[in-house]
Amino acid sequence: MSQDINQVSQQRRRFIGAAAGAAAGAVAGAASAAGVVVAALSSSVAGNAEAAPRTEPVSDRHRWGMLIDTAKCADGCTACVDACDRENGLNLQSEPLGNDEEKWQNQRPVWIRKVKLQDNATGVVTNLPLMCQHCEHPPCVDVCPTGASFKRADGIVMVDRHTCIGCRYCIMACPYKARSFVHEPVEHKLTRAPRGMGCVESCNLCMHRLDEGQTTTACSDACAAGGHHAILFGDLKDPDSPLRQAMAAQPSRQIREELELNTGVRYAGL
Amino acid sequence: MGKRIVYREWLIHPEHYWGLLAVLAAVIAVGGAAALYMEHEGHWVTGMTNSVVWGLPHVFAVFLIVAASGALNIASIGTVFNKPAYKPLGRLSGLIASGLLVGGLLVLVLDLGRPDRLVVAMTTYNFTSIFAWNIFLYTGFLAITIGYLWTMAERKGNKYQRPVGIFAFLWRLALTTGTGSIFGFLVGRTAYDTAVLAPMFVVMSFAYGLAAYLLILMTSFQWDGRPIGPKILKRLKDLLGLFVSAILYFTLVYHLTNLYGAKATDFETFLLLRGGIYTFLFWVGWVLVGSVIPLGIIYHPRLGKDPSWILATCTLVIFGGLSALYVIIIGSQAFPLEMFPGRTVLEFGAPGDVGGTVAPYAPSLPELLLGIGGVAVAMLIVSVGIRVLQFLPESLSDKDMEGLAEAAV
Repeated sequence: MSQDINQVSQQRRRFIGAAAGAAAGAVAGAASAAGVVVAALSSSVAGNAEAAPRTEPVSDRHRWGMLIDTAKCADGCTACVDACDRENGLNLQSEPLGNDEEKWQNQRPVWIRKVKLQDNATGVVTNLPLMCQHCEHPPCVDVCPTGASFKRADGIVMVDRHTCIGCRYCIMACPYKARSFVHEPVEHKLTRAPRGMGCVESCNLCMHRLDEGQTTTACSDACAAGGHHAILFGDLKDPDSPLRQAMAAQPSRQIREELELNTGVRYAGL
Repeated sequence: MGKRIVYREWLIHPEHYWGLLAVLAAVIAVGGAAALYMEHEGHWVTGMTNSVVWGLPHVFAVFLIVAASGALNIASIGTVFNKPAYKPLGRLSGLIASGLLVGGLLVLVLDLGRPDRLVVAMTTYNFTSIFAWNIFLYTGFLAITIGYLWTMAERKGNKYQRPVGIFAFLWRLALTTGTGSIFGFLVGRTAYDTAVLAPMFVVMSFAYGLAAYLLILMTSFQWDGRPIGPKILKRLKDLLGLFVSAILYFTLVYHLTNLYGAKATDFETFLLLRGGIYTFLFWVGWVLVGSVIPLGIIYHPRLGKDPSWILATCTLVIFGGLSALYVIIIGSQAFPLEMFPGRTVLEFGAPGDVGGTVAPYAPSLPELLLGIGGVAVAMLIVSVGIRVLQFLPESLSDKDMEGLAEAAV
C-alpha cells in the first residue's frame, strides 16, 4: 500500500474498527424532532477493507507506561500541560460566548493537569502531573455501556469517538478525574487528535506518535526539554527499558493503590 | 371468588380532558425545545461541568425510573401476594409504571452528549457495564408490564396473571437493584462505593412509586367523582408510611456505615454539616419534609384519615424523593475525589479547576424544563390511557370493596 500521509489516520481507523468489533458502525447525521431522536446509520462501516493494512498490529508485546519522579517536578512549571494542549489541539479550544468564566474552567477539557499537594503532617509540598493512569483494570472501561471506552492491547486506555454516546458514566467511574466531556462545539481540531462535542476524551499517551513508531509523549519531551526529566515514558514490559530500570532503582507507587487497578503511570517520591 | 370489578374509562368533561392534554403537550413541547437547545449548543449551556457530570436531568430521570418500578408494586401486591383488595388497583398500577418509565428514559436519553447515537446504545453492548444491563432491564420492564396489563385486562389472559405478575415483580426488583448499582458500583467515589445503595433504591422505589400512584389515583377519582373508601385509603397510606420509614432506616444505615470508617468521615461532615445546599436538602428535603412530616401526617389520628392531607403527604414524599436523589446524585459528585489521603490539595490544574475542593453546580433552566417535560410525558401517557381504555375501577368505596376484602382473608 502507498505510504502517503493518510496512512496514519487509516491505520488508526482500522485499529479502532477492529477494537470496537464488527458492530462499530459509523453513525451519521441525526434527525431530531419534538424531543424524539432518530438516528440514521450511514452505510460506511469503520474498518473496511480499503484501509491500509498495518505492517504491525497493536499487540500486547508492549505495555506503555510512565514513571513520574515528583522530586524533579518543578513548582510553577506547566511545560507538560502546555505541550499536551498543543499536541492534541486542546489549545484550540475557545470559551463559548456568554459562558461564565469559572464554569468554563470546569467544563474545558483537560488531559493532563499540574497538582500541588501539601503533606498534612510534615508540610512538605509535592508537585506532580496527573493524567489518565492507564489502568490494567480500568473502571471507565467496565462501566461504558457501548464499549467505547476501551483498552488497547498495549495498555492504552482511550475512547472510541465513533461509539461514545456521551453518557459520562466513565467520568463518574474514573478515580483520577482524568476524563473530560466536550461541552462546547469544536471548531478547530487536529487531524491526529479528532475531537467532537458530546463525547468524552482523555490522555491517550500520544497514541498517534506510538503508532508512527515514535516512543515518546509530548509531555515527557517537554519536561525533558525544560531540563526536569520528571516524566519518563516507556515500555513496562521490557525489562531492559530505561523505564523499568528507573523503576527498579527507586521505590514508586500508584495513586489510589488500594483500588488495585495496576496503573500504567507510577509515581516516585509520593 | 368475590365480586366482579367494573372498570370504566375516565369520564371527565371533554373540555377538562382536552385542556389537561393541551397543558401537558405544551410542557412537553417546552421540554423538547430545551433538549434540542442543549443538544445543539452543547452541554456548556447547562450547569454541568467535568466535576458534576450528571445534573438535574439525571435527578428527574432516576426519580421517574425508580418510581416506575415502585408503581408496579400495587399490581404485584394484588397478584403476587394475593391481596384481592389490591386487584382493582392493578391495571392503573401497570399503566403508571409504563408512563413513568417512558418519561424517565426520555429524559435520560435526551441528556446524552450524543442522543443521536441512541442506535449505537441499542446495538453495541459492553456487558460488564451495569448501564448496558439496565438498557435491557428498562426495555424488558416495559414489555413485561404491557404483557402483565394484558393478563389483567383480557379474560383469556387471566390465567397467566399470576406467573406473569411474579415475573414482573422479580424483574422490577432487578431493575431497581440495577439502578442503585449504577451508583453502588462506583468504587472510585467515597459516596457511592457501597452495596447498601441497591436495597436503598429498592425501598425508595416502593415509597416514591406508591406516592406517585396514590397522587394519580386520588386526583383522577376526584375529577371524575368516583368514590374511594376510607378502608382502602387507610391500607395505602399505611403502606406508604411503612415504606417511608424503611427509607429512613436505610438512610441511617448508609450514613452510619460511612461514619464508622474514618475514610468517609470528611464526606459525612460535608454532607451532614457543611455541604450548603446538599446539607439543607438532606435535612430539610429528604429527612424532614420527605420523611418525618409525612410520617407525622400518616400516623396522625385525624389528619391521617383526611384525603386532602394524604394527597399533601404524597406530594411531600415526592418532593423528598427529588431532594434525596439531588443529594445522592449531585452532592456526591460535588464532593472532591479523595486521591491523596493525608495531603491537602493546594492546586489542581488550571485556575478555576476545582478538583481538590467542592465543585459548584447550579442547575440551568433548560435542565429543569427537560426534567419537567419527562414528568409531563408520564402524565400524558396516564391521562390518555385512562381516558381511552378501562384502567380505572368504577368505585373503590368500602361497600364495593367488601366482597373483595373478605376474599382476601
